[in-house]
Amino acid sequence: MKMFRLAATAAAVLVSIGAAQAQTTLRIGLAEDPDILDPTMARTYVGRIVFSSFCDKLFDIDEKLNIVPQLALSSETADDGKALVIKLRPGVKFHDGEPFDAEAAKFSLERHLTFPGSFRKPELASVDHVEIVDPLTVKLVLKSPFSPLLAQLTDRAGMMMSPKAAKEAGDKFGLRPVCAGPYKFVERVQQDRIVFEKFADYWNKDNVFIDKIVFQPIVDATVRLANLKSGGLDLIERVLATDLKEVRADSRLKVATAIELGYQGITLNIGKDKAKGPLSQSAKVRQALDLAIDREAINQVVFNGEFQVGNQWVNPNHPYYQKSLPIRPRNVEKAKALLKEAGVTPPVSVDFLVPKGAETETPAQVIQSMAAEAGFDMKIRLTEFATGLKQAETGDYQAYMLAWSGRVDPDGNTFVFLHNGAPQNYGGWNNPQADKALEEARLVTDPAKRKASYEVLAKLVQEEEPLLYLYHRRIIIAHTTKLEGYRQMPDGLVRVVGLKLK
Amino acid sequence: MLNFLARRLVQIVPTLFFVSVLIFSLQQLLPGDPALVMAGEERDPAVIEQIRRQYRLDQPVPVQYAYWIKGVLSGDFGESLRNKMPVRELIAQKLPVTLQLGSMAILIALLIGIPAGIVAAVKKGSAWDYGANLFALWGISTPNFWLGIMLIFLFSIELGWLPASGYVPLTENWRASLAVTIMPAFVLGNAIAAILMRHTRSAMLQVLESDYVRTARAKGLLERTVILKHAMRNALTPVITLGALELGTLLSGAVLTEQIFSIPGFGKLIVDAVFNRDYAVVQGVVLVTATVYITLNLVADIAYILVNPRLRG
Repeated sequence: MKMFRLAATAAAVLVSIGAAQAQTTLRIGLAEDPDILDPTMARTYVGRIVFSSFCDKLFDIDEKLNIVPQLALSSETADDGKALVIKLRPGVKFHDGEPFDAEAAKFSLERHLTFPGSFRKPELASVDHVEIVDPLTVKLVLKSPFSPLLAQLTDRAGMMMSPKAAKEAGDKFGLRPVCAGPYKFVERVQQDRIVFEKFADYWNKDNVFIDKIVFQPIVDATVRLANLKSGGLDLIERVLATDLKEVRADSRLKVATAIELGYQGITLNIGKDKAKGPLSQSAKVRQALDLAIDREAINQVVFNGEFQVGNQWVNPNHPYYQKSLPIRPRNVEKAKALLKEAGVTPPVSVDFLVPKGAETETPAQVIQSMAAEAGFDMKIRLTEFATGLKQAETGDYQAYMLAWSGRVDPDGNTFVFLHNGAPQNYGGWNNPQADKALEEARLVTDPAKRKASYEVLAKLVQEEEPLLYLYHRRIIIAHTTKLEGYRQMPDGLVRVVGLKLK
Repeated sequence: MLNFLARRLVQIVPTLFFVSVLIFSLQQLLPGDPALVMAGEERDPAVIEQIRRQYRLDQPVPVQYAYWIKGVLSGDFGESLRNKMPVRELIAQKLPVTLQLGSMAILIALLIGIPAGIVAAVKKGSAWDYGANLFALWGISTPNFWLGIMLIFLFSIELGWLPASGYVPLTENWRASLAVTIMPAFVLGNAIAAILMRHTRSAMLQVLESDYVRTARAKGLLERTVILKHAMRNALTPVITLGALELGTLLSGAVLTEQIFSIPGFGKLIVDAVFNRDYAVVQGVVLVTATVYITLNLVADIAYILVNPRLRG
């Protein structure tokens, strides 16, 4: 037996030496199978995680949400705000060896703008056309000033594709994408794995240390964690807040976290409620509901206090958070008084649409019991996501629990939800003053002025309550101690440049 | 025999047609809008309109059906709304996975279920019988997902013997392939073994009390010969059908197990497709599943005839 153990140890040592000399592979566990890997057509959060390994953008963000150049070198906005001149990084190559230059940048932006079924079109809607200034400079001519544009270019709308490959593949480009990122696409087996290998001609290749990356979708959070613990994976995303204790206790694992750019909130149906319930008819009733909720209690009870409570579309540490409008503490007496003032007799029945899932169901139940104390009868209606979405569109609900993954620029967290007639304004809120504030924030570039516009909006939202912002989730990534150099950014993406595997 | 086969084969055509109409019309009843789901977080009305046009979602259902069935007849199952992959390719990727997992599960079920059933019947009322019954009760009442996670904890995390999840094709590395599929196959097989055991036991009990077995015993045949040669053959006929049907169920019914072990099989493909309202994928997969199911049924009938000469008319 002893001999056998000795032999086994020797064999294990030999194997590990062999592995050290062989290729290093980073295996990443994803919570879902990504959609198509075409920057123009992609639309999921999980897809964005994969893109950051192989598809560089004109700009990126840093930990403090500053916009920094990636495939660009610098940018300059014209004085009238109607043009953006971008200088490009020289000597960059796409995975197929094609050069990245002004021609390619123009092609990529135009593909985002005009390709049939492009999901980037609305993000770049302010762009009228793209001009080539010189071989390494492009000029985006705008229809009207649009300050969030630079932030759009830090995401998929700023991803550059090899014109040659994109022209050849057409709408099948996503099956074999060719970009200019640190890794290049090798193969994908649906729902099983996506494989990338190091790109030898990457512009920043001196900071790329791992040879291969394999993404594996594993839907069940427990199993994802089990794989990390058993050594089958090196890094996993979306660890449950309730598992954090266990992960932190494990000396072979490390946690990297950041508070998300998005939020979890409840949309209140104001303009589309066919039943014309009290919630839709009176801001006082909506305020009463808000006052009935103890946000910190939800955080403590359901998420072990790991999330951050909030009351605006950005979290309290965000540069655009309005400190003049802090979270109002729970006040059941005042809530009851407001209901009385509004002339409604409790219990106020509310059709509460909640998408299925552990991270929505439990907080919904806590909210239900809190609201009951103030005189609300929240009737939780658990609904599968796609069905709920359709009902939200048609206004078939009174309160809708909905999460938003968040965008770098506050415009991405507000405009589509709060502007009258915007695609995701499910509650049909219509307030001309709010619309004006939202539009103004798009026109000016000075952060102080933008913040002032958003303050007007935040005040209106706090009075009118079209959306109750509740909390901001913590992005939780866990990885083995073998992986070095990992830092979490608030956008949730997994950046692989600079990572080392021991 | 040939006559029978021909008759059965002819019956398949209308059945499949009926199935195809059923899948197509039923999924139209699903609430939710595929274009809306596909748009994810990017919900621009113009883009959504464009998707509807591109995938003919704006056309009447019968027209959509006509386009689809025309494609299917020429071997084109359409493409996935979600990722643009041809459905035929998706099926070709997943079917071998599911067949491997299903066959292993059935093999495990047969290896456990039939011997246990026979022993339980022959030693009726003994400790063996109670033991086998206990096992069956456990197998039927243990939820797949629980057993799966427990196995992962034991064999992957504690002992480190087997990979926790994932899939390796048999053709790529058969050892690794067996290592990743053995746990899920056991989880699936375990439940079926329990069912097979119960059926084998009751069929055996019935047969063992029949006249011809008594005669065989009276002839002075060895008990082993009586059981294995005379009784078992008859008792197994219903069990064969059951096994084939269970294999058919595994094609799309192994969803939970596939989910836990992250096996990219048919079950996972179809569930994801339903939630994403990826109609082309749902239609293609259900049609193929139905075809395989019907074929398995046919095979079971043929096997039936082979073990039971009285049916060879």
